[in-house]
Amino acid sequence: MITQEAILERVIMLIGRLAPPGTPIYPDTDLAQDLGMESIKVMDMLMELEDEFDISIHLNILMDVRTPAQLSHAILNLMEHADGTV
Amino acid sequence: MGLFDKFGKLAAERASLSDSHPFGIRIDEMYSPTEGSIQGKRVILAGTNNYLGLTFDPDGIKAAQRSLELEGTGTTGSRMANGSYAGHSALEEELVDFLGRRSVIVFSTGYVANLGVIGTLASAREVVLLDADCHASIYDACKLGGAEIIRFRHNDVADLERRMVRLGDRAREAIILVEGIYSMLGDQAPLREIVEVKRRLGGYLLVDEAHSFGVLGAKGRGLAEELGVDSEVDILLGTFSKSLGAVGGFAACHDAQMDLLRYASRPYIFTASPAPSAIASVRSALKAIKERPELRRQLWTNARRLYQGLAESGYQLGPQASPVIAVMLKSPHEGLAFWRALIEKGVYVNLVLPPATPGAVTLIRCSVSAAHTPEQIDQIIEAFASLRSPVDLVTVGA
Repeated sequence: MITQEAILERVIMLIGRLAPPGTPIYPDTDLAQDLGMESIKVMDMLMELEDEFDISIHLNILMDVRTPAQLSHAILNLMEHADGTV
Repeated sequence: MGLFDKFGKLAAERASLSDSHPFGIRIDEMYSPTEGSIQGKRVILAGTNNYLGLTFDPDGIKAAQRSLELEGTGTTGSRMANGSYAGHSALEEELVDFLGRRSVIVFSTGYVANLGVIGTLASAREVVLLDADCHASIYDACKLGGAEIIRFRHNDVADLERRMVRLGDRAREAIILVEGIYSMLGDQAPLREIVEVKRRLGGYLLVDEAHSFGVLGAKGRGLAEELGVDSEVDILLGTFSKSLGAVGGFAACHDAQMDLLRYASRPYIFTASPAPSAIASVRSALKAIKERPELRRQLWTNARRLYQGLAESGYQLGPQASPVIAVMLKSPHEGLAFWRALIEKGVYVNLVLPPATPGAVTLIRCSVSAAHTPEQIDQIIEAFASLRSPVDLVTVGA
């Protein structure tokens, strides 16, 4: 079973591709405030993550997500509740 | 913290623009569907979505005037509380007949139609799959309803299918949302292929024909008619503020049970109904769409002429000729300079900046009208062509 740490690592890697070059990304980096990621960019990232983990990630989770750590936690939660994808 | 402090970034961005910017533009006078005055300058209007040029149609104006005299300036309330006017119901019956559907509901705007239908159907237990480039009103409607929102890549049917497969059994009840013509790039949804996915995996298909109603199809019903898949589209959504030249919106369904939304849809129940004069002009415009197919033919002749002219001038454009023609530029800064230069040359178009644009590109968005003369189309092309080389603002093939 995949761990939250492994998800976090992949989330940070993906954010690194979308964030301004050279910007450090930590588990508690604020995607909007610190990285200036517009909502469209974050939504595009969710599509990438859906394909990366082969799960459905609905946009509604963004209401409670501001950081990579929160995002990886939300993805793990979805994976635990998905049928047969973990 | 002040009430408006959260808009500090917005204020800074606004302050960085000079007084001449597109987000507070005022058209001081209208001379025709295709000409007006901006900042004391007479301009060709190529950014109004007035696809059939019916805003100045003499029959529409007469109908609206007659309605003003007989019914007054407004309804002063909602259809649920105050009752419908005869015109509201007559227009719904005419749209039922025109679209060949069993139920039509008229709303106060196209935005409200999306909120009222999608926001009511896509409730908390539902899942919606929407094209990533869908209009903000569709996103807002999904949020209002509380459905689980899954995006698929723009016009990518394989991507839609992959996401539906992931949903398993839930896909059978999912709501798929696409547009006939997309408002930013002017491209069309691959509706036949989407219908094929729906046949295999299930789901309900809703198509927003805001930019394609009156524009596509042998009778002008939109993309679903054009591609022969109307019977597979569960609900058509549309607006009166583009080809029909007024304001308002509608939803049309093959299932008469959609009428139940009149008692469940808060954006229908709790907002004022369309002004009777607007309804009167829409009824006249709908008649024009039925009886004057030459308007549609002229629109497409103009659209192809402009698309070809801009392409030959070296611009990178949206993927297909369309009454919405997107010209892609390098950056917001250059987009703004380009937009101003076009006004100076007597051409008004829309500037659309990221993040409101697909792929975070800067767009100069032209909308073509059947009322544009060939000479006006050529003037627009000449204005663009004159800006191409000397200013070197444009990225070709970027």
